[in-house]
Amino acid sequence: MNATIDHRQGVGDEGDGRLDLDAALRDSHVGEVLDELDRELVGLAPVKSRIRDIAALLLIDKLRGNLGLTAGAPSLHMSFTGNPGTGKTTVALRMAQILHRLGYVRKGQLTAVTRDDLVGQYIGHTAPKTREVLKRAMGGVLFIDEAYYLYRPENERDYGQEAIEILLQVMENQREDLVVILAGYQDRMNTFFRSNPGLSSRVAHHIEFPDYTSDELLAIAHLMLDGMQYRLSPEADATFREYIELRKERPHFANARSVRNALDRARLRQASRLLSRRGRSVSRDDLITLEAADIRASRIFSAPQGPESPAIPGENAS
Amino acid sequence: MKVTDERVTAKTGAARYKAGVLKYAQMGYWDSDYVPKDTDILALFRITPQEGVDAQEAAAAVAGESSTATWTVVWTDRLTACDRYRAKAYRVDPVPGSPGQYFAYIAYDLDLFEPGSIANVSASIIGNVFGFKPLKALRLEDMRFPAAYVKTFQGPPTGIVVERERLDKFGRPLLGATVKPKLGLSGKNYGRVVYEALKGGLDFTKDDENINSQPFMHWRDRFLYCMEAVNRAQAATGEVKGTYLNVTAGTMEGMYERAEFAKELGSVVVMIDLVIGYTAIQSMSLWARRNDMILHLHRAGHSTYTRQKNHGVSFRVISKWMRLAGVDHIHAGTVVGKLEGDPNSVQGFYNVLREEHNTVDLQRGIFFDQDWAGLRAVMPVASGGIHAGQMHQLLHYLGEDTVLQFGGGTIGHPMGIAAGATANRVALEAMVLARNEGRDIWNEGPDILVNAARHCAPLRAALDVWGEITFNYESTDTPDFVPTSTAAA
Amino acid sequence: MKLTQGTFSFLPDLTDEQIRSQVEYCLDQGWAVAIEYTDDPHPRNSYWEMFGPPMFDIRDAAGILTELRSCRQTFPNHYIKVNAFDSTHGRESLRLSFIVGRPPKEPGFRLERQEGPGRTVRYTTHAYATDRPEGERY
Repeated sequence: MNATIDHRQGVGDEGDGRLDLDAALRDSHVGEVLDELDRELVGLAPVKSRIRDIAALLLIDKLRGNLGLTAGAPSLHMSFTGNPGTGKTTVALRMAQILHRLGYVRKGQLTAVTRDDLVGQYIGHTAPKTREVLKRAMGGVLFIDEAYYLYRPENERDYGQEAIEILLQVMENQREDLVVILAGYQDRMNTFFRSNPGLSSRVAHHIEFPDYTSDELLAIAHLMLDGMQYRLSPEADATFREYIELRKERPHFANARSVRNALDRARLRQASRLLSRRGRSVSRDDLITLEAADIRASRIFSAPQGPESPAIPGENAS
Repeated sequence: MKVTDERVTAKTGAARYKAGVLKYAQMGYWDSDYVPKDTDILALFRITPQEGVDAQEAAAAVAGESSTATWTVVWTDRLTACDRYRAKAYRVDPVPGSPGQYFAYIAYDLDLFEPGSIANVSASIIGNVFGFKPLKALRLEDMRFPAAYVKTFQGPPTGIVVERERLDKFGRPLLGATVKPKLGLSGKNYGRVVYEALKGGLDFTKDDENINSQPFMHWRDRFLYCMEAVNRAQAATGEVKGTYLNVTAGTMEGMYERAEFAKELGSVVVMIDLVIGYTAIQSMSLWARRNDMILHLHRAGHSTYTRQKNHGVSFRVISKWMRLAGVDHIHAGTVVGKLEGDPNSVQGFYNVLREEHNTVDLQRGIFFDQDWAGLRAVMPVASGGIHAGQMHQLLHYLGEDTVLQFGGGTIGHPMGIAAGATANRVALEAMVLARNEGRDIWNEGPDILVNAARHCAPLRAALDVWGEITFNYESTDTPDFVPTSTAAA
Repeated sequence: MKLTQGTFSFLPDLTDEQIRSQVEYCLDQGWAVAIEYTDDPHPRNSYWEMFGPPMFDIRDAAGILTELRSCRQTFPNHYIKVNAFDSTHGRESLRLSFIVGRPPKEPGFRLERQEGPGRTVRYTTHAYATDRPEGERY
């Protein structure tokens, strides 16, 4: 550990007391993580720019620290709000890497949990459960998805409150050991923070994840298909855009996750379509191409609209 | 090495068994096409043939004389499956950098050996052949035992892991000291040395190899005083302590009697000398296993045949035999001390004793893969001319699972025996602590010791007296291997 | 009297920073760290009480140190040690074990002797602390 810190003290120092920021950025290897984030996540411009800001702040803080200038240990706990499938977990993973490379967490692992991992069923069960999770998360980032479920005002004997209190203690006293990211739907997170001012005051960075535009969702679909070695035929491409527009209006829409599910179902239909043509040969092109019919067969195009419509198999609110 | 020469082609049928004298190669003890079976016992010899004797014929002669051959053809061979029983020399390589010497690989069928008997293995492999006239010199360098044969031995009665659990000592080499002077102390004075050394911080003290039952101190007297010392030290520190009570005697009956008495007194360990013989060692191993006793082996006498590179038996072979025979401790060299020991060779011995599986490692003199088939590991003991100032080197070369024996380095301490023991223990713990913290102990070792000495006057004194002492002599037993040797070899 | 069981008992008591380094070393080796405590320090007392089971799947020493602080708070007058278990085949045992907490005063042990025939002696190591009931010893 000492050796690393010594090494960092030299970062970006040009000898005359002037600092070369490019060199500092390069040496920290944070740029690589940011680039990776750019590549693997479509859109999300406001999120990416917030992450860049935070990385810049931390880097400058490090450089200031090396010169003895201190503003106190920065608070790094964050909230990520937005609808499902908007990239919160992926960004959290990259955030953990950035914090690790800048030396703000020692190991950089992401521990993703929900209420069930923290809160017990009976008296005396919650504290050990929460502590166990905290122990495993130390040295990295603890990502609590749908954090508002920790707090259930309707039940005054809910054990969630106990978990929140232990969490608060660690967030306050062991900042160098752990960074916490609380995540969930925006409106419910707002309510949650209003009723837990202690928690709210310890969260320094609030990042909102906007829904994807239709163009972005289509781009995401292309990215996913590339990764699986499939492609959409030109007609299928147009059909899928239509699909996206319709799907966005339905309940349980989950952005990128809905796109992935739709593509998975299209692959199923393509496979059945190919098999049903027995007797004819199948080309490589056939094997990689999803046709408009594979998309068009979705219930989205036939089922009546409205909130009373049946749930789409494989779709999930979370 | 493919051979087509008529001289080394085996004869067959009537021509092979006609009365008279044939070359060993012609008798079938050389077969360059032979592929060793998984169940074969393999041996590597370093042979130095007399002038004019062909290397392959010499290798075949060694194979013959260490298996079924005699100097002339015998028709009674034909009553046996003699092709199978003949050992096969199957490869001969010139020794790099040593003209006139060759490495000869020989394979032996498993049926040639009695299960679980080192006496039988050694009688076969080194029984007759070392005086053979066509050879100027012969050395057994290494052996490979198939898992099937390894399983016929019980191996160490305790082993490294269980020894540590019994002693409740983990994460560092153990510390010992041999009581000095080796000879002449009365039982009461002898026990004083044991008490001081153990109370000061050592885990073990040790009888020397020739402390048995002499006019100045009978064995029973020594055992009684030593156990008083051990128990006193245990109560003074709250740690488990031990002293290797040497039970070596003129007869097995004598050894059993002494071992039983040591057990009755509550000793955790007894000791024997290599010179009692392989069968006696295996018997004592069974006794130790029956009685939950750590068995310490002093390799008394080994240098008479292990030290010279061109003749004798390498200590790595003795190490293998002793792991099979079943001892828990064996002296295996220090690298930095007063006794013979090239770093690579010594590390090779340590690996043979400690690893679950040895892979070929020519630089350390390991010529064969060896699977130990679950046999427990032997704790190597480093003893002879080592002191606290070398702690970083010892830990670097020898690792954690070893007993470091500081005899003179404890008893010769200017502030007394207990202070000597404390100096060694503090030096050791400081070094392990630093190593675990990720420090470069090889280079920073002396600084780490000086720092530790700030809160330990005995260590300061030890560094002042011995800090500069080294034993830098050329080693005689270094591995020869292809293509180049290291600086150390 | 200072109990010298454990790997680092001859050094001055380790600071939390030093303990952290050792724990970090253990985690880097893939060992599971456990905390144990006792008020019966007899050298053959193989089973100190476990302050929870060995902590598997921990990435950073901070998690272990949190637990250690809590153990010290609960048992300020006991012996406390940190153990590291290695599950590698052929070892499957402790790899490191060192004391990180002691009672303020350590009364030590009395050696009892029972004389037998032929000058033999049967020894008993008796911890003064165990004269009192469990929990009231230090």
